[in-house]
Amino acid sequence: MIAILIGILCTIGALAILIAAIGILRMPDFYLRLSVTVKAATLGGGLLLLCAAFYFPEEVSVTTKAVAIIFFLTLTAPVAAHLIARAAYFIGTEKWSGTVRDDLAGMYDKETHKLSSGKKDTENFM
Amino acid sequence: MTLSTYIDYVILPILGLSLLLVFIRLLRGPNVVDRVIALDLLITIGVSVITVYSISTEKSTFIDVAMILALIAFLGTIAFAYYLEKRGRK
Repeated sequence: MIAILIGILCTIGALAILIAAIGILRMPDFYLRLSVTVKAATLGGGLLLLCAAFYFPEEVSVTTKAVAIIFFLTLTAPVAAHLIARAAYFIGTEKWSGTVRDDLAGMYDKETHKLSSGKKDTENFM
Repeated sequence: MTLSTYIDYVILPILGLSLLLVFIRLLRGPNVVDRVIALDLLITIGVSVITVYSISTEKSTFIDVAMILALIAFLGTIAFAYYLEKRGRK
């Protein structure tokens, strides 16, 4: 019974990771690639670690470690993704030609890297 | 079919194919940031592979390695983001 549950969870996790890998290869733009991969890879890795937590039930230390890794992944993956996307926006990574709207255009100060609210500017469409 | 053979013949090939696809992006990536997120995803998939392998071989010691690797992936991405931003700023 527990083996069937672990098999199903493993399959879903591996397919989520495969979707992330296909997404990072096929998406046309850095920002789309980031948006696709971080969520799917975190879901897949979390499900596979949950399998490990279920598989070693008599060892409490392994379950604790697996839950700690899940917590750490869900905590750090969005932070890392936000930081690398911010750095990419500053160094001027080009956007996809089909991008219709960029809410950050003109909001960042080029010198100090501070984000303004844009109340002075009325419309900031690309 | 036991869980170990299922993992060895279905789950690990899927993860290996994912590693191959991400590695193509790591080699091709037009910008530095593409390579950084490809490396980050590569390490995340590595954590998954280590976890699945520890289930398959019933050796729970490998989970420790996965923990350290997850930590290093986060620190690496943070360091890359920090220095890329500093480089653009002069």
